[in-house]
Amino acid sequence: MGIAGRTAAALTLALLCTAPLAGSPEQSPSFAVGHTPSPEHLKAIDIEVTPDGKGLAPGSGNAAAGKDVYTRRCETCHGLTGKEGPQDILVGGKGSLASERPLKTVGSYWPYATTLWDYIRRAMPFDHPGTLTVDEIYGVTAYVLFMNGIVGENDTLNQTTLPQVKMPNRNGFVADPRPDVPVHRK
Amino acid sequence: MQRSRRWFLRASALWSSALVACRGKGEAPAAEPRALGAAVSPYGSRSRFEKAARFFNQNTKVPLEEASSRTPLHDTYGIITPSSLHFERHHSGVPEIDPATHTLTIHGLVDRPLEFTIDELKRLPSVSRIHFLECSGNSGSEWRGGSADSDVQRIHGLTSCSEWTGVPLALLLRECGLRPEATWILAEGADASKHARSIPIRKCLADAIIAYGQNGEPLRPEQGYPIRLFLPGWEGNSNVKWLRRLEAMDQPAMTREETSKYTDLMADGTARQFTFDMEPKSLITRPSGGDTLGGAGVYELTGIAWSGRGAITRVEITVDGGATWQAAELMTPVLPIAHTRFRWSWKWDGRDALIASRCADDTGYTQPPLPELIKVRGMNSQYHNNGIQAWKVASDGKITNGNRG
Repeated sequence: MGIAGRTAAALTLALLCTAPLAGSPEQSPSFAVGHTPSPEHLKAIDIEVTPDGKGLAPGSGNAAAGKDVYTRRCETCHGLTGKEGPQDILVGGKGSLASERPLKTVGSYWPYATTLWDYIRRAMPFDHPGTLTVDEIYGVTAYVLFMNGIVGENDTLNQTTLPQVKMPNRNGFVADPRPDVPVHRK
Repeated sequence: MQRSRRWFLRASALWSSALVACRGKGEAPAAEPRALGAAVSPYGSRSRFEKAARFFNQNTKVPLEEASSRTPLHDTYGIITPSSLHFERHHSGVPEIDPATHTLTIHGLVDRPLEFTIDELKRLPSVSRIHFLECSGNSGSEWRGGSADSDVQRIHGLTSCSEWTGVPLALLLRECGLRPEATWILAEGADASKHARSIPIRKCLADAIIAYGQNGEPLRPEQGYPIRLFLPGWEGNSNVKWLRRLEAMDQPAMTREETSKYTDLMADGTARQFTFDMEPKSLITRPSGGDTLGGAGVYELTGIAWSGRGAITRVEITVDGGATWQAAELMTPVLPIAHTRFRWSWKWDGRDALIASRCADDTGYTQPPLPELIKVRGMNSQYHNNGIQAWKVASDGKITNGNRG
């Protein structure tokens, strides 16, 4: 194959290949819309944390440090000990789920500690979400878990230890079995 | 009070039009306007005589940014809910989003992560579908034996129906090169709380839409402007509004909204998770709680039926508390996963009556009485009540919640 032939083959290959040249923004192959998101953009929006701990930011905190954050940023809505409200009750309710008046709290109901960290970073405090530092998030997560008797006051939570926290209701969830009532086929 | 008066007035309006029909030829109707009317306008609004509005409880500890408002089902007709009356449920208020700068990013387990502008999404092949959207907490007050609120809007107003226009999510995932190991997609909004739900991949590839249109115009801000995820037949909360990001994953993220909320607690203390389907349900919307019938005679019973799993095939009416059932007329169009309007003429004998509707869909499922659901699930499941709603008609014509014992 001559140079021209090789070039043509390379061009064909380049056209067939969906992978872009390094650094060139990629588009939707069939419609040529969209572009490759920048690493900065992805870093800014890719915020979720999964139960295995993936997505947790480097940092740490414990309940002793988190108490101060809780008092300043959380107590107005969730109460002095997490049981008073007026908004969601965070503490207590253990053993109540099968009763006539179940109390669904972080301690009695939430299956994963990572969800608490994710939700605090994602959405709390209600009127100023996104204003807590990473260490404050670890600290206040630890404090809510401490108030529920799930971690000790000085237990350090970080990327490694938080996913290892065993929540009391970890195995309390089942798949959707519906339709679960007799259907009356005519 | 106002509502029962309106019900009565409607009957007298019919009477006056009958009188008008008897008037001699050539006599001008007295009330005909003679002055010039209003000029054309850029964006229409309803008659000032019409007052139907979304209902929300203002006397509550729940911040109104985290509240819900309910569709006036009693005062809407046909199957389409006006966008202005579509129910709302927000978790951190309605954000104001500039469509010129908002983008949708698809990443994770894909060969080509892509970020789309709103204009680009609108250039892609589109679909338009009429579907209901219902909050899984709708009718939730009935689990404990019927709410004191006897009004169809307050009890059941968290369902609405619109024509949704947008891009099939399957098309976007194809463009991004979805990898086979992707089993879930995390959908995330741009609202203050970055509302997030994990969606099984089969739904994303089946009929999910990235919607930008509602009832012929751009989505209302309350409905996710400029784009939302729309999952036909699935609980409202999973239809993420103000959508900014979709991440293909090999596991659910277990967000707060799919663990501590929107899970259904059973009597034995276990909770059902990822209960997405909205099961078949129907309601008599007129006459209903709060109305007062003006004496024995013929009344038009009308209402809506819908199923998250398919098309409504049958609606039946009882006026004797379930002893006998008669087929109602299904009014066209009868569309899958959409509100379906039904009607039936009732000759009321003026005595106490318990009236209700029940529906069936094309999977063969028949809407159950609420006690059957309670027998299986207990009274604490909070979400997904699709039980039969009864209305109690007293001999003085007053109608109240018949679910109360």
